Amino acid sequence: MATLEIRDLHVSVDSDAGEREILRGVDLTVRQGETHAIMGPNGSGKSTLAYSVAGHPKYRITRGTVTLDGADVLAMSVDERARAGLFLAMQYPVEVPGVSVSNFLRTSATAVRGEAPKLRTWIKEMRSAMDALAMDPAFAERSVNEGFSGGEKKRHEILQMELLQPKIAILDETDSGLDVDALKVVSEGVNRVRDTGEVGTLLITHYTRILRYIRPDFVHVFLDGRIVAEGGPELADELEANGYDSYIKAAASA
Amino acid sequence: MSVVTDTPGVTAFEIPTGREEAWRFTPLRRLRGLHEDLTGARELPVTVDAAPGVRVETVPVGDLSPSAAALDRISSLVRSAAASATVVTVPRDLVAGRPTIVRLEGPGTSPAAVGVVHVVAEPFSEAVVVIEHVGSATAGTNVEVQVGEGASLTVMSLQDWADDTVHVGRIHAVVGRDARYRSFVATLGGSVVRLVPTVEYSATGGDAELLGLFYADAGQHLEHRSLVDHTQPHCRSNVLYKGALAGDPALGETGIARTVWVGDVIIRAAAVGTDTYELNRNLVLTDAGRADSVPNLEIETGEIVGAGHASATGRFDDEQLFYLQARGIPADVATRLVVRGFFADVIGRLGVPEWESRLLAAIDAELGMAAEVNEDDD
Repeated sequence: MATLEIRDLHVSVDSDAGEREILRGVDLTVRQGETHAIMGPNGSGKSTLAYSVAGHPKYRITRGTVTLDGADVLAMSVDERARAGLFLAMQYPVEVPGVSVSNFLRTSATAVRGEAPKLRTWIKEMRSAMDALAMDPAFAERSVNEGFSGGEKKRHEILQMELLQPKIAILDETDSGLDVDALKVVSEGVNRVRDTGEVGTLLITHYTRILRYIRPDFVHVFLDGRIVAEGGPELADELEANGYDSYIKAAASA
Repeated sequence: MSVVTDTPGVTAFEIPTGREEAWRFTPLRRLRGLHEDLTGARELPVTVDAAPGVRVETVPVGDLSPSAAALDRISSLVRSAAASATVVTVPRDLVAGRPTIVRLEGPGTSPAAVGVVHVVAEPFSEAVVVIEHVGSATAGTNVEVQVGEGASLTVMSLQDWADDTVHVGRIHAVVGRDARYRSFVATLGGSVVRLVPTVEYSATGGDAELLGLFYADAGQHLEHRSLVDHTQPHCRSNVLYKGALAGDPALGETGIARTVWVGDVIIRAAAVGTDTYELNRNLVLTDAGRADSVPNLEIETGEIVGAGHASATGRFDDEQLFYLQARGIPADVATRLVVRGFFADVIGRLGVPEWESRLLAAIDAELGMAAEVNEDDD
């Protein structure tokens, strides 16, 4: 069973004011089949955690370890991490002009699976995955993320998750900017992958709304670069009712 | 506007010094005297593979009508030095079944070599002509194109020269009534290449599309200066040039990839109803690249459909690379995807699938070289 282990992770970025520490000792274990929600106010470092695990060059790991089934993730290049089974659904997917969605997806599937999928079965597979996410087939011929609406970008991210079948998927604010219908479609996509039992999911979110559709097994409250509280799904309900204020006050007085 | 043409001297164009607007970007010292004297120059060997029905003749240059292309010193020197010209004629009403290939092969860098090619598309004909430049040369070329009434002609000029080639050339087109002309310039090889594609209209309703791509590696100077002169009413022009620069930072000054794009459009007072747009985009792949991009628009009448230009030079986007790598795609494959994607729109407008594939393959080959450069950096 695949396990992502994050231990005492400290991460800094270079800013105009010099080096700034954003993550201050994160400990988290996500196993295949589990769903974790990381919740926290804006600026608490949630996205930094996601991008650090994926290997974005902007973030410098100053202390701690990240392993996937014991293998040192931090020693891997970005593409090696993806091929090892890590997936990051991004909050702001990047436009790649002139590269069609179908070409991109096939190139990606080829890299992750280690061989090019057979063209005929691939087209069927891609079509059915797009259909399940209520995406028009014409979408496949558009340039990656170029001119996509917010909802289209998120569907496209989840489409990739469904096709690449990662061991561990990190969803960075996939719910932000979605209307209820789009949120339902995207959540159904995530649940389809979850239902296979083959993926460990780390949902990063500011809102509790998405947790009505994707029920987490564990909820972690993230504040000021670390996890400050942990619990089951009931913790999300409590946050919905009371917000982050009590945690922020507790942190301020600590 | 005098930005493209030189000022003629008393008897001829004067030798450019580099201070002139038209020559200020050109490394004259690297031209091996092309701009000074072409006495004793030989002719570039030409082979033509013509589509059925397309006529090919070799005629004395003296038999040709006075050259509209001889608007600067080098093109007039080329015309004086050339004994013969290759004339490709697409007869009236003929729809050519395949591209006609004119291949100019460099015979070595010394002495200099000249080539004159005329392409005539007679009224209502349709054809694609590819002028392919290969090998080593110090070359001056004049290409003159006539697109007859209602004709549709694509002229592709491919500069696939060897590394030591210096090439200065003009590609001048006269677009007739309701005619459609597409110029596609692809410059990949050569040490110094300076091309001037120009368009004028002889009647109303003409449509000209000037497309170009260039890919400069370490030490290459690739310069393109287009001029569209709208003298007639109700004509259209669209200019799209895209360039990539992949110099080698380890080589210092000599490793710099250098590109120049200057796009001039003039809308004369008589050219009411003109619709024109020009765009240049450059993608800088390494730290050793310098791209100049200068759009010039001169408008003498307000009664036009539209006139615009845009120009941008950007670095290779690391966020694109991260996104693609985060989907398991290795860095070199990701770079190839991004660069192919960058050129996709301009290549897709060539409209000749077989040559579109060849251009993509040529760009992949260029990227192979760029990847080696990047490895050297590590």
